[in-house]
Amino acid sequence: MIDKKHIAIIGGGIAGQEAASVLTGLGYKVTILEKNERMGGMLNKWSKLFPDFSSSQLVLDAVKVATDKNLNVICNADIFSVQKENGRFKLSDNSSLDVYADAVIMSTGYNLFDATLKEEYGYGVFENVITSADFEKVHKSGEKLTTADGKAPRRVAFIHCVGSRDAKTGNTYCSKVCCITGVKQAIEVTQMWPECEVFNFYMDLRLYGSKYDALYLEAQKHHKIQFIRGRLSEVSERQGKELQLKAEDTLQGRPLRMKTDIVVLLIGMEACKQNEDLCRDNALELDENRFFKSKNIYNHRNSSTQSGVFLAGSCICPMSVNESLESARSAAMLVDKSLKVQER
Amino acid sequence: MSQFDFLQPKSRQIEIEQFDDRILTYVLEREQSFLTCISCGGCTATCSAGNLTSFNVRKIGLSLRRGNINDLSDEVQKCMFCGKCTLVCPRDINIRNVVLLIKKGIAQLETEKTL
Ligand code: SF4
Ligand code: SF4
Ligand code: SF4
Repeated sequence: MIDKKHIAIIGGGIAGQEAASVLTGLGYKVTILEKNERMGGMLNKWSKLFPDFSSSQLVLDAVKVATDKNLNVICNADIFSVQKENGRFKLSDNSSLDVYADAVIMSTGYNLFDATLKEEYGYGVFENVITSADFEKVHKSGEKLTTADGKAPRRVAFIHCVGSRDAKTGNTYCSKVCCITGVKQAIEVTQMWPECEVFNFYMDLRLYGSKYDALYLEAQKHHKIQFIRGRLSEVSERQGKELQLKAEDTLQGRPLRMKTDIVVLLIGMEACKQNEDLCRDNALELDENRFFKSKNIYNHRNSSTQSGVFLAGSCICPMSVNESLESARSAAMLVDKSLKVQER
Repeated sequence: MSQFDFLQPKSRQIEIEQFDDRILTYVLEREQSFLTCISCGGCTATCSAGNLTSFNVRKIGLSLRRGNINDLSDEVQKCMFCGKCTLVCPRDINIRNVVLLIKKGIAQLETEKTL
């Protein structure tokens, strides 16, 4: 019989909750430590999901762990230290909370790139420059996207790779989900405003997942979204808060200027800053992109460099909702396997 | 020469084998960062010279990489060396220096020719 081994999960987003469901199902005692007031993590900020426009609430409801006598959820717990003590792990936050566990799952998720750092794009300065996360907020509220002074936009431009694949921001990796997010949001703009012209400026279109290309086809066929291959160099503001973009249409080989009412920056995913703290008192390591380093990225994606500590979801690398959930389930299975091996 | 030469007009295809990589080698030896260009066009979009003339700094880089060096010497004269291209490059390439090196590389090739 399985005894009541205890597993601590740091981060109560979808990955943390999914892992908790699997583990409580297997009879383990589980504590989820969430740093915010409520569970759900970043997905709380999203309205509809690619590629089929399901409501993100569906996923949030589905991962909600059934109340279980073996499950303990602690919110507002900002864990900053994980230490090995007599074969167990001691997790502490900056108040007086200490939690002891036999194994730990890191599911700390990701941060969104701070678009104000990309100064030449004018976020935080020009009111009509928004981010993909701002767009989700508008969509979720049920309102239509308008210019800062409440007008229907005649033209909207989406900018790919903001804070990703950009040495100037220190992030040279691809965030993987923003191309498909850009296609999804572009369609959503035309659903709000059928007369609005929508342009997506990209360096490479990376729509890597199952059914993603179907969404791209739909964007072209039914929504007349225009895709322009060229990196935006800057945004400036003109009279009436209208924006002007400068890019090169690289397929035509000529510089391009465009006036637009709204610019949406498709911001990338970054590793959480607190990951550095979480590595301090143990053998955990970060990779070159500041995400948690796996023991190896093929067979041991969910194993960290500290035995007994496992990784789930987008604290490993940028991931979609699907991938995050799959990653969480495999992390949970790995925890089970390792605790059983210990017992023998 | 065959009298039926007109039946075989000059091919429009790119002949990879015939690429002249002398200037490319010269540039890469001195500015390795140029290896990673992805032709995103950020440099061209911001380029001072490119907004006034037909000068296209991204295409210059591309021609160089493809060993198409015939027109380069006239083209690079249009650059004002303001450095804006380098400021926007997502790959952190010193593209201003690439243009400068093309100029130098061509000059060197010419001196070699006259020797
Ligand atoms: S997914 Fe697309 S937009 Fe996002 S970083 Fe990768 S290439 Fe850029
Ligand atoms: S901005 Fe950099 S990567 Fe982009 S085309 Fe110019 S040199 Fe190449
Ligand atoms: S340095 Fe030359 S190529 Fe670069 S932006 Fe200035 S004029 Fe254009």
